[in-house]
Amino acid sequence: MMHRFANPTRFMRVANAILPWAAGLTVLFLGVGLYLALFSSPADYQQGETVRIMYIHVPAAYMAMMVYASMAMASAASLIWKHPLADMIARASAPIGAVFTFLCLMTGSLWGQPMWGTWWVWDARLTSVLILFFLYLGYIALVNAFDDPARGAKPAAILALVGAVNLPVIKYSVDWWNTLHQPASLVKMDGPAIDPSMLWPLLYMALGFTLFYISVGILRLRSEIAGARIRNLQLGLTHG
Amino acid sequence: MSEFLAMGGYGAFIWPAYGAAAILMVGVLVMSWRSMRQREALVSSLRASRRMEPEKVTEAVS
Repeated sequence: MMHRFANPTRFMRVANAILPWAAGLTVLFLGVGLYLALFSSPADYQQGETVRIMYIHVPAAYMAMMVYASMAMASAASLIWKHPLADMIARASAPIGAVFTFLCLMTGSLWGQPMWGTWWVWDARLTSVLILFFLYLGYIALVNAFDDPARGAKPAAILALVGAVNLPVIKYSVDWWNTLHQPASLVKMDGPAIDPSMLWPLLYMALGFTLFYISVGILRLRSEIAGARIRNLQLGLTHG
Repeated sequence: MSEFLAMGGYGAFIWPAYGAAAILMVGVLVMSWRSMRQREALVSSLRASRRMEPEKVTEAVS
């Protein structure tokens, strides 16, 4: 199955077929999610309207980690099978993940100030997500440090994999340490501890963000493939 | 409407959150789209000039 899509041209044909659907579903899920988040879902009895920030903050946090996990897996595939498409996928994902991480941090601050009385606290969850943001920036900087992306692929892949150790730290930080950030309320052994009227907008926004990642990821992947073709063509023109 | 914008007094926190999400997500979308279009156009024009001017290639080699 892997080898059928290993050919970039074939892979792009599939990706381009998916793209309009991914884009359409992105708009649909975000539209429904935003309507539920801003209009029809209730205010929280303790937090009032600020709970609406959750509908950006939590999906962004989830995506920040999910995109990095994808980058780490693509990087592992790149190192193991040395397939150029694998590190293209990692490179394409990085800026999208960085945006979600930044949004997670920013909306978290905007939520923290009215609810906790502070824009920031150096607790385990916030600190490890800040580190995740720096890892994204470091990865992007490392990739851009090489004129030829193919040469930068290995160092970048190693950075992505080493940084992946941060993901379980983020996830379990609220269990391992005494944190200000609240513990898990969604993925628990006995099911989500959140009212359906709030769970649905969360799910729609998370789905919308995921499809956004897929859609924009496909665009960025096309850029990466075109970039490789440009380099080959330019070399071909110079050297015959 | 003004009640909706005020968001129970928390509007100054809620709207920048949604605004930043909109701006940054649309921003990365637009930048990615533009980069893709630019590069794919360059691929097309490089391929076209390759097809049209084989003499140029011979000259460069000799």
